[in-house]
Amino acid sequence: MRTSIAVTALAAALAWAGSAAAQNKTIKIGSLSDQSSLYADIGGPGSTLAAQMAVEDSGMTAKGWKIDVISADHQNKPDVGVSIARQWFDVEKVDVIVDVPNSGVALAVNNVVKEKNKVFLNSGAGTSDLTGKACTPNTIHWTYDTYALANGTGTALTKSGGDTWFFLTADYAFGAALERDTTNAVTKAGGKVVGTVRHPLNSPDFSSFLLQAQTSKAKVIGLANAGGDTTNAVKQASEFGITQGGQTLAALLLFISDVHALGLNAAQGLTFTETFYWDMNDQTRAFAKKFASKMKNGNMPTMVQAGVYSALLHYFKAVDALGSAEDGAKVVAKMKEMPTDDPLFGKGTIREDGRKIHPAYLFQVKKPSESKGPWDYYITKATIPADQAFRPLSESECPLVKK
Amino acid sequence: MSVDSVSETITAPVEVANPRDEQIVFLLMTLALIVAPLFAYPFFLMQALCFALFACAFNLLVGYVGLLSFGHAMFLGSAGYFSAHIAKVWGWPPELAIIAAAIGAGVIGVVTGALAIRRQGIYFSMITLALSQMIYFFCLQAPFTHGEDGIQAVPQGKMLGFIDLSHQMTLYYVVLAIFLFGFLAIHRIINSPFGEILKAIRENEPRAISLGYKTDRYKLAAFVLSATLVGLAGATKAIVAQNASLTDVHWSMSGEVVLMTLVGGLGTVFGPVVGAFVIVAMQNYLAGFGQWVTVIQGVIFVACVLAFRRGIVGEIAHMFKRSL
Repeated sequence: MRTSIAVTALAAALAWAGSAAAQNKTIKIGSLSDQSSLYADIGGPGSTLAAQMAVEDSGMTAKGWKIDVISADHQNKPDVGVSIARQWFDVEKVDVIVDVPNSGVALAVNNVVKEKNKVFLNSGAGTSDLTGKACTPNTIHWTYDTYALANGTGTALTKSGGDTWFFLTADYAFGAALERDTTNAVTKAGGKVVGTVRHPLNSPDFSSFLLQAQTSKAKVIGLANAGGDTTNAVKQASEFGITQGGQTLAALLLFISDVHALGLNAAQGLTFTETFYWDMNDQTRAFAKKFASKMKNGNMPTMVQAGVYSALLHYFKAVDALGSAEDGAKVVAKMKEMPTDDPLFGKGTIREDGRKIHPAYLFQVKKPSESKGPWDYYITKATIPADQAFRPLSESECPLVKK
Repeated sequence: MSVDSVSETITAPVEVANPRDEQIVFLLMTLALIVAPLFAYPFFLMQALCFALFACAFNLLVGYVGLLSFGHAMFLGSAGYFSAHIAKVWGWPPELAIIAAAIGAGVIGVVTGALAIRRQGIYFSMITLALSQMIYFFCLQAPFTHGEDGIQAVPQGKMLGFIDLSHQMTLYYVVLAIFLFGFLAIHRIINSPFGEILKAIRENEPRAISLGYKTDRYKLAAFVLSATLVGLAGATKAIVAQNASLTDVHWSMSGEVVLMTLVGGLGTVFGPVVGAFVIVAMQNYLAGFGQWVTVIQGVIFVACVLAFRRGIVGEIAHMFKRSL
């Protein structure tokens, strides 16, 4: 008797497990980001919020999908990032990882995602290697990359008259890459680089470099550095009155959260490229208001956070069309096949190398007198059309691209 | 003169070492580690083992010679880069890559150690920190390290030609074997006549000199041994995580290993292992708390310093009046 009950129970359990596997309409999203240090304002908790908003706005729950969002802090350490990603795939059954600022961590996670055949929607990292030599059939690089920023700023500024450049370059591979990409764009657009100075990483004092830049009489001073170096250089440049002296200060990698931290007094006149600004049209404003009301510190979304939202909306469409999130490469292939359309980035496409294509914008930071209120920071100087914003496919080193 | 702030804070357990206790604890630890992957996530365990070896090798220097190096990240990180580069670009099998990288770290240890051991106490710490910053900036600039992108997608390959390391459980037991090898090597060093002289130098260097020992040579030898074993940990870690990055050469890694050793118990054989597991577990399992990880880590550190200054293992050993 007792055995027969056990057998029945076992059979019932098996049947239940079987039916659960047959209609596995669950998606688990892992928002892997820097939650506590230098990139936390660019991605971080805001990216997790953006992911949750994407789930709400997608209407997937109404279609019977069960979607969870979890998040973790990779502490900017590739090995911690890899360990979390592996654990997410093996134990937590995560289907898609989003955000992941910090190029080192992103490239490391990229490999794990490919190995596990899941999906990686990168929004936070800058390295154009993700769609270059490190491209995989499981990764889509959504929001921006260093090539787009350097190229956008270099081309657009040179064309609008800033035809002589002087570079302040952080003395390591990343700085050199930014400088190289921008130099190419500047010379292609008919400009000239009159000089360059290398500064050590995490430099507290830029005065001698800024004086060299000032005396070079170049129309544009390009900051080929990132994070604290850029904000320090911008602050000290404003103390030297560089933008008031008629020179343009161009940051090659800067986010709206950095402008917010610097304040308009220090940041005014700064020029740089982004692919999203909250105050572009009614749809972006509506998203930004809702986003800011849910953020603890009331911050407006950065382009990275907007990218997480937009990428997930498109991901949901592909998963819904396929009926399952199980096979990562299949989902990504479907995403590449379908044209993208969302309220934040508009219409676009995803290229075979995993590069999401949309327009980029050259922004200039307003003077304090021009700004109407908090977060009213940018004037759009130029729009770089989608087909010119990113690295052309013909230059891609991605093995997925058939030549 | 040699009695400096560092060796003053290092109070070795006064209890007499009992080899049988150590054997029993060692067997228990080995058993626990053998069955551990059934209960915990293997990838986490492998990382923890690499850090445990790192902390043990660091403890060899600080706990038994009284030299607080603040630059041990340079051995961990550069060995990681060596093994990643050798395995990926030169295509050597993993065991050779790991051995070559550990030797490479040892060579760096000879050069840096020869300079650093000329000073004691805080000056020794500062010199190691300065040298490790030099290595850090070298790694940032050198083309083969790929700057902040790091070396990615390191092949795990087949150990000795037939052990497939891409299988997670196989890899775990290989890492465990490497860890046990390193751990036993350190244990052997500590309990050898050579180790006795090291402890004598820790307690009173002028007296060791007056007894006729060329203490500089002993200190250098200990430094190089520590560097090589740290290199072994770093090289294995690069194969496990399949990448080598700037994190491992950064000075904060040198700080983390001090934290691991202090939390576990300075100058105890098993302390660093426990400390490494605690810290790595915190980094992994608390990652979901976001920005609170560093705060929690700080609170635990403060609690350790205030409540149990001998570290976890140190306190337990003290409680049972044993040396572990």
